[in-house]
Formats: sequence, C-alpha cells, structure tokens
Amino acid sequence: MLLSIRSLTKVFPGTRALDDVDLDIAAGQVHALLGENGAGKSTLIKCLTGAYRRDGGTVTLDGAPIDPRSTLQAQELGIGTVYQEVNLLPNLTVAQNLMFGHEPRRFGLIDTRAMRAQARETLARYGLDIDVDRDLGRYSVAIQQIVAIARAVRISGKVLILDEPTASLDKAEVRMVFDVLRSLRDQGMAIVFVSHFLDQVFDLADQVTILRNGRRVASQPIAGLDRMTLVEQMLGRALEDVVAIPAADAAPTAPILRFQGMGRAGTIQPFDLDVGAGEVVGLAGLLGSGRTETAELLFGIRPAQTGTARDDAGPIDLRTPRAAIAAGFGFAPEDRKTDGIVADLSIRENIILGLQARRGWARPIPRAEQNRLADDYIRQLDIRTSGREKPIGELSGGNQQKAVLARWLAMNPRFLILDEPTRGIDVGAHAQILRLIRDLTQGGLSLLIISSELDELVAVADRVIVLRDRAHVAELTGGAVGADAIMRAIAGTGEAA
Amino acid sequence: MNARALPLYATILIFVAAYALAYSQFPNILSTRVIGNLLTDNAYLGIVAVGMTLVILSGGIDLSVGAVIAFSGVFIAVMLRDTGLHPLAVFAILLMLTTAFGAAMGFLIDRLAMPAFIVTLAGMFLARGAAYLLSVQSVPITHPFFGQLQSAYVLMPGKGRLTLIGVLMLAVFAVGMVIAHRTRFGTSVYALGGGAQTARLMGVPQGRTTVLVYGFSGLMAGLSGIVFAVYTGSGYSLATVGTELTAIAAVVIGGTLLSGGSGYMFGTLVGVLTMGLIQTYIVFDGTLSSWWTKIVIGLLLLVFILLQKGLLTLSARR
Repeated sequence: MLLSIRSLTKVFPGTRALDDVDLDIAAGQVHALLGENGAGKSTLIKCLTGAYRRDGGTVTLDGAPIDPRSTLQAQELGIGTVYQEVNLLPNLTVAQNLMFGHEPRRFGLIDTRAMRAQARETLARYGLDIDVDRDLGRYSVAIQQIVAIARAVRISGKVLILDEPTASLDKAEVRMVFDVLRSLRDQGMAIVFVSHFLDQVFDLADQVTILRNGRRVASQPIAGLDRMTLVEQMLGRALEDVVAIPAADAAPTAPILRFQGMGRAGTIQPFDLDVGAGEVVGLAGLLGSGRTETAELLFGIRPAQTGTARDDAGPIDLRTPRAAIAAGFGFAPEDRKTDGIVADLSIRENIILGLQARRGWARPIPRAEQNRLADDYIRQLDIRTSGREKPIGELSGGNQQKAVLARWLAMNPRFLILDEPTRGIDVGAHAQILRLIRDLTQGGLSLLIISSELDELVAVADRVIVLRDRAHVAELTGGAVGADAIMRAIAGTGEAA
Repeated sequence: MNARALPLYATILIFVAAYALAYSQFPNILSTRVIGNLLTDNAYLGIVAVGMTLVILSGGIDLSVGAVIAFSGVFIAVMLRDTGLHPLAVFAILLMLTTAFGAAMGFLIDRLAMPAFIVTLAGMFLARGAAYLLSVQSVPITHPFFGQLQSAYVLMPGKGRLTLIGVLMLAVFAVGMVIAHRTRFGTSVYALGGGAQTARLMGVPQGRTTVLVYGFSGLMAGLSGIVFAVYTGSGYSLATVGTELTAIAAVVIGGTLLSGGSGYMFGTLVGVLTMGLIQTYIVFDGTLSSWWTKIVIGLLLLVFILLQKGLLTLSARR
C-alpha cells in the first residue's frame, strides 16, 4: 500500500471527529471517500495534508511513517491537495501559479523564459494549450482546476487528494477534469476523491470508503456495488426515510402576489408570475438561463426596469432588498459562504441578524429573547451544533443553510426565495431540508425555489417555471411536473403547456 | 493584451500626454535641466515609493515612512554634530535602524495578525516622536562630505545636471523592479496580495515575506531620509509630514491596485514623475497657486481609482 492509515483519531472539544479510522490507498487507483456532512471526511483530509495534527494513530507513506505539520511539508512528502474552491491565485499568471516555489532560476533570479517553457510543457501533458503568461483568473474554473491538479502532481507526485473538485463545474468540464484524473491514475498516482455526486463516484472510482460519525463504515471495491447499498452505508438508516417526501398537494390557491411584466434589459426578459399562499414555485433551467436573475429581480438586488408587483393591498415596492424585506420577502442566496452567512459570528447572531436589522440597531433584541429564538430554531430545524454560540463558519454546509433559513423564518416572511438551497449539502441533510421546505408552506408561507436538480424540484414544487436564454419559456403545473417534462422544456422540444 | 497591465499603460499615456501638453506651452520643459531637476527634486519620494509599492502589492500599507524620513534627517544631523563618526558610518547605522524598525512592524503585523494600518500608524508616531526627542530645531549639516555628495553630478548635454541622488533613485527603481518581478520573494509578495490564505496553502512563507516587505520599506525610508538630508542639507523633525500619503498616491497613480496583488514597479516611477511634472508645470506657469498641485493630484487619484474599479468590473464580467 502506498498510503496506509491505522487507527487515526482526531478529537475536538466535545466531539471525536475521527475515531480509530483505518484506510489504505493504493497507487494507480482512485479511492472515493464518502460520507454525510460531519462524517469526518474533511477532518481526515486535513490530518493527511498537515492542516490538523492527529491525536492518535499512524500514517505511513511508502512504508515510512509521516506526521506532516504543515501543508507545505505534506506537499514535499508527496501528498498534494486540490480543493473545491481553486486554491491558486487569480492575480498571478498561469506559469507563476504552476511553478511557484519551484521556479527555474539563473544567477538567483527567476528565469522567466525557462519557467514559461516548463509550464507550457507541463500543461501540454494535460492536454492544455493556453497562454501561460495570462492571469489565471482569466480562465474558466475547469482550467484553473486542472492547473491546480497539475501543480499538485508536479510538486507532490505520489498522492493526490481532491476535495469536491467538481462542485462548481458543468458537465463538459467535469468530463475534462475526469479525463485528466484517469490518465494520472494510469500513470500510477494514488488519487483520493471526495464528492457528493454518486454518479461521479461510480464513474471514476475504483475503491470506495464510507465514513459515518467519524468512523469507517465500509471500504470496498466499487465494482458490483449498487447505489442503494452505498446510500444506506452513508446514511445508516432505511432509505425510504430520505426519498419519501410528502407529495405536493396541488390544490390551487388564490394568488397573494402578482408580478406582471417584470423585466430588466440584458438580465431577464419581462415575465408574469402569480404566487399563491403556501405555494411552492420551482424555477428550472440551465446555468445562466436567468434563474438567479429572476430571484435577484424579485428581491430588488438588481431591480426591475419594467412591470409591477402587487398584492391584495396594492402595489409593492421592490426596488431595493430593504424594500423587499419590508414587503415580507426573504432571499437565501446561492453562494452561502459569501452572501448568506457571516462566518465569524455565532449561530445566534446569524439567526437574529435579519430581525435586528428590521428593528433598527437602536433597539437591541434582549439577550434572553435572542437565546430563546436561537434555541428554538436550532431545535426546530435540527441544526447540529454544540451550542448557539458556535461561530457559524464551523458548521457543515447543511447546518449553515438551516441557520440561514432560520434567519428568514425568524422574520416571519410571506414569500421566501431559496436559490439552490441544497447546493453542496450531502444526501441526509438534503432530504431534511426538502422536508423542511414542505413543512414551511403548511403555515401559508410561499416559496420560490431555484434548483439544478430536477428531482428535487419535482419533489417539492407545486408548479415549475422553466427558463431558457433569460426568459420564462414554460410553466408546468400539478401532474405535469416531472423530470422528463422539465428536461424537454429546458431543451426546447415539445414545449409543455 | 494582459488586462493587468492596462493601468500601467494608462499611467504612461497620461504622463506622455501631460508632458506633451506642458511642452506645447513651455518648450523648455523638455530641456535636460528640467529633467535633471525632476529626478533630483523627487529622488527621496521615488525611493520611498519603491518600498511602498512592495508593501501595497503585498496587500498592506506603511504609514510610518514619512516620519522615518524625518527621523533619519535629524539622526544624521545630530550624529554628525555630536560625534566624530564619518557620514558613511552614520548612514550604515541609520539604515540598520530603519530596516530593523520596519521589520519589527512587519513582525507585529504578522504575529499578532494586526492590521498594517494600525501598526504602522503607531510606528509613525514613534518615529516622529523619536525625531523630536533628538532635536526640536532644524539642525544644519555642515560636514564637508555632504558638500561633496550635494555637488556630485554629471553634466548632461544642454547643461542639465544628473545628480547623484537622481541616479540613486533610478538605480533603486531598477533594483525594485528586479525584486518585484524576478525573484521568488517578489512572487510571494504578489501572492500575499492576491489572497493570504491561498498563498499560505501554496507554500508562501507568510511570516518571512511580511517581515521582509516592511523591513525593505524601512530600508527605503532610511535611504530616502539620507537623500532628503543631502537634498536639504539639514535635519528637521517637522519635515516630510504626509510624505507617506504622497508616496501612496504615487503608487496608485502608477497603476498599482491599493488592495494588493496587482501592479508594476515601473508604474510607480511614472507616477512619481507625473506628480513631479505637475509641480514643475505650476512653477513654470508662475501665476498658479502651488495648491493646484494637490488639486490635480487629487483628481488624478480619483481617475485612477475609477479606472481600476472599471477594469475590475470588466474583468469580472469577462
């Protein structure tokens, strides 16, 4: 075995993040690491890359015990890592990024010509022929990802760890990255692959290890394994629990919100949209079709230039997010990390943020009231945390999302927009959030949900609007809501009514 | 074309256009005399701006340099008055002092994870205070070696004087360019400015780089202090108030992004010369109040900030 992990243990205050985990990684194999959020995948990776020091157990690489104290040291030992968000610098050139720390030098100075040549030659092996003198930030995420892989392989060359490398790539880009990974595997690299996408795991991996609650549940070759077994191992409970989401009750209600002819030049073409009380409206479409733009328009982030919004009482002002909030709207954006949470503040502070902003800062919410609210929502939404004062940045993605939901719910909105509410969230938390979404509407809250996952939309939405090329092109209601029909509408063939 | 270089081209374009405009009114402005003076008068500013460029590229700021220049002048003057040391020995001691001072600020910034703004602001008061402590009055420098330094120049065709300190500034810029663009340390500086967290993961030695950057800025401030002392022939604790801000302005007008990670050392040279040109123009004109210098520089700064913002938006849209 190239990399051998025995009884690896890592303890954080209050939790055993890793408990006696064994893992063997062979050269020339893609080893998938699966588990729910909080299963210990990230901790395991961080122990291997030197970001954390382990509390117990042994790690041997090529037969020699290792104990990396820093990422740099791990890299030099032969363990390179590529993260979900590309960890290279957009303001440096491709060549600088690729060669940093290993630049060819002449008379103590960087030999730029040789550096360029080496960078070009390295990338050529990955089938990339790009201008290495341009800033890395000018290239697509897929190319950046491949440059990151090329750098990790160049420097480390034994074990390549990929932490959700495909989360922000589209299908063609994923194929591009996978081709690179396969050829690296064939050259004898050991690849550790963490992903939420089971399809990709089946597509790429040779071996799969499943973690749950910091323990290893199973480690097996992927050949002959079926999806159901995998999911069961990950979740450790019967699957019906996860998939069975109460069916949408399609009883049409009178619209409480009417948007008419709302549009913005260059962003989204004018559309009409009625939303009923307790109704869940889904927005489907490819990336860039105008889904997020629709949401931003309705929430006043990029306000509409045409059209009107009204409720029973009359017209509503949606020109700024502040006005939209005053009108009882809420918006949980797609990019949770930058737009949704304040990572350094506690869960409590994040939950009361919206409410406090509406009250005005001169009238602070009493601490006892804050605690009550936070505890209520932590319990209600099943936010997994050691306490309400924990910085929200330390929670897993699913739990952060629940806290963002809690913030809006605390404000008691009538219309909530959720942009990709389950992005980057694992199977278990995924189903939980979907169930939560359905529950919310029982109280009359109306929802607009944007999602790339058709099955998710089918499961929760009463009605699905399909977008294409920045326009609303189809609307599916009740029984017509199905993955096939949505797909047809997105593709533009046999448009549904 | 590399979008990163756009502000640099804009800087050069503005400088050339401004020079052409001044030339059309006062043809003498292209004489070697004026050019020689431009270099001499701005030598201390240019040198300190080299250090500032590196600091800003790394994503930081150094507010202490103006005070360090003043301290340096007073230190040199007092040392020469009160001790028998040769000026060169005094220079060596001074440069060690200011470099250590800068490095210490860098160390605090890195270790305590404190904002550079606050640490160097404290450094500014410290250095200014130390200068007062040495002498409140202006101290003239009478050492004959200073006379030699002041009269060291090469006569250019057209009777312009290429002075020692002017040449020194150009040499410092050359060194600065090599450091910024051709060394691993320089790449580390850009990397830190692009994102400290990521830079760390890529193996940038953050602590060492930060200490070196501020140490270098301290060294440049000390050198600038020497040049300023040679230029004025005295040391005065109230001198060069606000020079740190002028240096920052030169760096930004030179096309360097104030948030770090993007810019060129050469741009700063053009920035310094542009500011010098404005001053020269106003002297040539004779009717304009010298405050117009500040106003024009203010407008230029605004233009560059807008330009950079525009470029950022453009590249984000891609």
